[in-house]
Amino acid sequence: MSEFDRDDGMNRRKVLECMTWVGTGVLWTISGGVPHSLGIMGEAMAQEAKGLTFLQISDSHMGFDKPANPNARGTLEEAVGKIIALPQKPAFMIHTGDITHLSKVSEFDDADRIISQSKLDVHYVPGEHDFLDPDQKLYRDRYGRGTKGAGWYSFDANGVHFIGLVNVVDLKAGGLGNLGNEQLEWLEADVKDRSASTPIVVFAHIPLWTVYPEWGWGTQDGAQALTYLKKFGSVTVLNGHIHQVMQKVEGNVTFHTARSTAFPQPAPGAAPSPGPMKVEDDKLRTMLGTASITFKQNEKQLAIIDTPLKS
Amino acid sequence: MLRSAISAALIGAAVGSVLAGGVLLAQAQTPAAAAAAVGIDNFTFNPQTVTVKAGTTVTWTNRDDIPHGLAATNNVFKRSQALDTDDSFAFTFTTPGTYQYFCYIHPHMTGTIVVEAATGSNTTP
Repeated sequence: MSEFDRDDGMNRRKVLECMTWVGTGVLWTISGGVPHSLGIMGEAMAQEAKGLTFLQISDSHMGFDKPANPNARGTLEEAVGKIIALPQKPAFMIHTGDITHLSKVSEFDDADRIISQSKLDVHYVPGEHDFLDPDQKLYRDRYGRGTKGAGWYSFDANGVHFIGLVNVVDLKAGGLGNLGNEQLEWLEADVKDRSASTPIVVFAHIPLWTVYPEWGWGTQDGAQALTYLKKFGSVTVLNGHIHQVMQKVEGNVTFHTARSTAFPQPAPGAAPSPGPMKVEDDKLRTMLGTASITFKQNEKQLAIIDTPLKS
Repeated sequence: MLRSAISAALIGAAVGSVLAGGVLLAQAQTPAAAAAAVGIDNFTFNPQTVTVKAGTTVTWTNRDDIPHGLAATNNVFKRSQALDTDDSFAFTFTTPGTYQYFCYIHPHMTGTIVVEAATGSNTTP
C-alpha cells in the first residue's frame, strides 16, 4: 500500500509545486460558470435557490485566547450571527473540525451553544484538536452517534452523496494526516454500488490533497481514497485545518479549504511555522469566515463562495 | 488550575530525579548531567537530537501558541497530555539506546534522544 501511495503523493507534490499557490488569498471562487463575488452572498444564493445550498464552518478552536485572536468565541458568534441573518436558509451545515482548541468539556459546550443558535443541522468531522482529552472520547460521545470507527459516516441530501472522513487519529511519526485501512475499506464499499452520475461531496479536517507536506498539510493515504472516487463525474473535497482558502481542480475533483472562524495561518512556507498568524486588528476579520456551497442540477461542479467576517 | 497542578507534579518529578541523579553522581563521581531540556519552538524540537547519560530526565517545554503532544515511536513513554503554551513534560531515560519521538498532533515534528551508558557506574540493574 505505502509504495503506491508514496509514488502518487510525490506526483501530486510535483504538480502542486508548479501551481505557485495561485489559490492563496483568493477571496472568492467561481465554479459552475456563475460568477459570484464577495459580499453578495444573499443575492447569489437567491439565484441558486433551486439547487441545494449548505454551509461549511471550520476550525472554531473554542478556548483559543492567544494574541492572534484573544476572542475566538466572539468571532464564532459573529460568524453564526451572519449565518442566522442569511436571507435564504441553507439546508444544513458541515463543520470540518477543530471545534475546540484543547478538547475541554467547557470548550465543546461553548461551541455547541453558539453553533446551535444557527438552528441548522450540523454534520461534524473531528480535527486533531478534538481528540486531546486523555481518553479521546469527548468528541465521540457528542458527535459520534451512528458513525463508524473514529467517527466517519455518509449520508444523502438532494441526490448528493456526502462522506465525512476522519484523518486525525493514529498519526504516524514523520507523517501527514491518516485515514487508515479500516476507513479506506469502508469508503470503497460505501461508494462501490453508487451510480457514476451521483455528485459526491467528501469532507474531512486535514486536506486530502498534499498542500504542503513540510507543514504536515496533507493526508498520507488521501490519494488511495481518491482512487475509489475516480468513476464519479463530480467530486468535491472540502477541508479545513490550514485556516485559509485554497482551491485546486484536478480532473473531476475540486479540492477546497475553508477559513477558520478563530485565527488565520500563514500561506505555505511564508513563515517559519504554520502557527497562528498575528495580523493587524482591523485585518483579522477579513481572514476569518465561512463558506457556502451550492449544487445545481445539471452542473458538474459545485459553486463555492467563501465569505469573510468582514470584506 | 489543572495546569499549575501538572507543573507542580512535573517540578516535583524533576526535583526528585535531580536528587536521584545527585546520589548517583556522588556514587559514580562523574560530572554527568542529570537533566536536559528540549524546547518546542515554531513546530520544531530544539535541539532535534539530544545525547544524554542514562538516568537523565529530559524536560520538553512548549513555547508555541498552539498545543503540542509527545509520543514515543516505540512507546518508551506513554503519550503526554496536550501541552498548551508554556506547559512541560518530563521523562527519565534509564536504559541506553536511541529513542525517536514525535508530536502526535503535528506528526511531521520529530526528534531523537540518544541515551548513553552512564560512564563509571554500573547502570544495568
